[in-house]
Amino acid sequence: MGVGIDVEHLNAWYGTTHTLQDINVNLPANHATALIGPSGCGKSTFVRCLNRMHETNPIARATGVVKMGDLDIYKDAEPVEIRRRIGMVFQRPNPFPTMSIYDNVASGLKLNGFRNKAVLDETVERSLKAAALWEEVKDDLKKKSGASLSGGQQQRMCIARALAVDPEVLLMDEPASALDPVSTSKIEDLIFQLKSQYTIVIVTHNMQQAARVAENTGFFLNGKMVEFDATHKIFTNPKDKRTEDYITGRFG
Amino acid sequence: MSASPAHTLPPEGDSGRLRPPTDFRSKRMRLNSARRYAVNHLVTGLALLSMVLVIAPLVAILVYLIYKGASSLNLAFFTHVPAPVGEPGGGMANAILGSGIVLALASLMGIPVGIAAGVYLAEFGRGKMLAMAVRFTADVLNGVPSIVMGIAIYSLIVMQQKHFSAFAGGVALAIMMVPTITRTTEEMLATVPHAIREAALGLGVPKWRTVLSVSLKTASPGIITGCMLAFARVAGETAPLLFTAFGNQFWSYRLTEPIAALPLQIYVYAISPYDEWHRLAWAGSLVLIVMIMVAVTLVRIYAGRGVLKGAS
Repeated sequence: MGVGIDVEHLNAWYGTTHTLQDINVNLPANHATALIGPSGCGKSTFVRCLNRMHETNPIARATGVVKMGDLDIYKDAEPVEIRRRIGMVFQRPNPFPTMSIYDNVASGLKLNGFRNKAVLDETVERSLKAAALWEEVKDDLKKKSGASLSGGQQQRMCIARALAVDPEVLLMDEPASALDPVSTSKIEDLIFQLKSQYTIVIVTHNMQQAARVAENTGFFLNGKMVEFDATHKIFTNPKDKRTEDYITGRFG
Repeated sequence: MSASPAHTLPPEGDSGRLRPPTDFRSKRMRLNSARRYAVNHLVTGLALLSMVLVIAPLVAILVYLIYKGASSLNLAFFTHVPAPVGEPGGGMANAILGSGIVLALASLMGIPVGIAAGVYLAEFGRGKMLAMAVRFTADVLNGVPSIVMGIAIYSLIVMQQKHFSAFAGGVALAIMMVPTITRTTEEMLATVPHAIREAALGLGVPKWRTVLSVSLKTASPGIITGCMLAFARVAGETAPLLFTAFGNQFWSYRLTEPIAALPLQIYVYAISPYDEWHRLAWAGSLVLIVMIMVAVTLVRIYAGRGVLKGAS
């Protein structure tokens, strides 16, 4: 089951650049939230702050409160633990090139020392089915490298890999931007199914995509969250002039 | 090239038509493509020539060694210790074993230290003063003449222990291996895409595990090549062993005693005045080269196993 995320006064910096300025938002559990905005507006930084990936960059830092349910992820938890509970799918598919499809999907468990073969087998199958990839790869699981799949398959494998550690939240940073329309629609169908079990945050440049998959949408501009509302309101009746300009294509 | 009808210029006066920015039918373009064709062949030829220039010395050396040394190779060469001067026969069995022991010792010490230092440089030391110092030291160490390394280990280990030893020889060779391995490891880790590290970190895998199971594993073919280069280089070193392993005309297995080594034995035999010993020196050289080639090939085959279909 998913769990909601509360963000209060979140600020983030890269070196001296103030990339995120005072973000306050509530991402409800078991819903998909889309984040839109022009390049460099802070959307990616925002999702990276949610699972503490932001701080893996030595010049980056963040302040503020991010709560996952009742857990303050910056105060009460180790980053490693947070990243197991908040999975992430990146913009470009990033399979482990030395690992088979099976090992890629099982990597989150295996690299954390989990060895029970029966459970691994079952988890790999369940995750690949959830990511709608099982039928395409079930015969080559241990024979083929994860890097030998097509781009769309790789990305679904990366989603399966994220699901295999059984997270409560799934962050997706432009998961379909490097994919063709067919793969993109498969990933969108997937998000639609997954949100019954996970809280999903998806960064996208594609506004139709946001409208298709997300109940709520946030609009970022220059490091600030300009507007956050139900998706249909953002796209039909935005409160802020800047949001309207962006979604009608007047800039960005 | 002759101008065929299809290549003739369009008639004057149709400048209003849309045309590609470069007119592919113009005479100039045709000349250009002929030139490009020629340049392409010229450069391909030069690349082939360079390849021949690179391979030729290796082949020449091998052929010459086989020509000079193969006739002296017999079972005794691999099973007997050197015979006293004037007596026929004898072999280099003790030197072959000695080289094996000293090289194994050097690899055991040099490879882990070299890889660990390379991992520090690539994964933990980015932009730190200590890392820059380590990198600089490695580069300087790489340039230290091997005879100097021999003398340094002589005063550090041999003088302290008051005797030559296989151990001292191993240490000298290990130190010579470290800089090559360190720098190759660092460079190979730098080629591992950042996205792959992020994938592991994003799954909640701790940094040390990410380095070990993802970065190092992905970079392993290159790192293994670096280790083999370092190994092949020190396998033929004579100077650092002169004052450390010292050489031995008899069987010796103990790490605390002077030990024979192929390069030492070749050196002693080659500068001797006896024809029989000269022939044995050639045979020894051949064996040394073949041993290095076999070791490198075995590691390549072993390291190449288990690579999956389509893995990059």
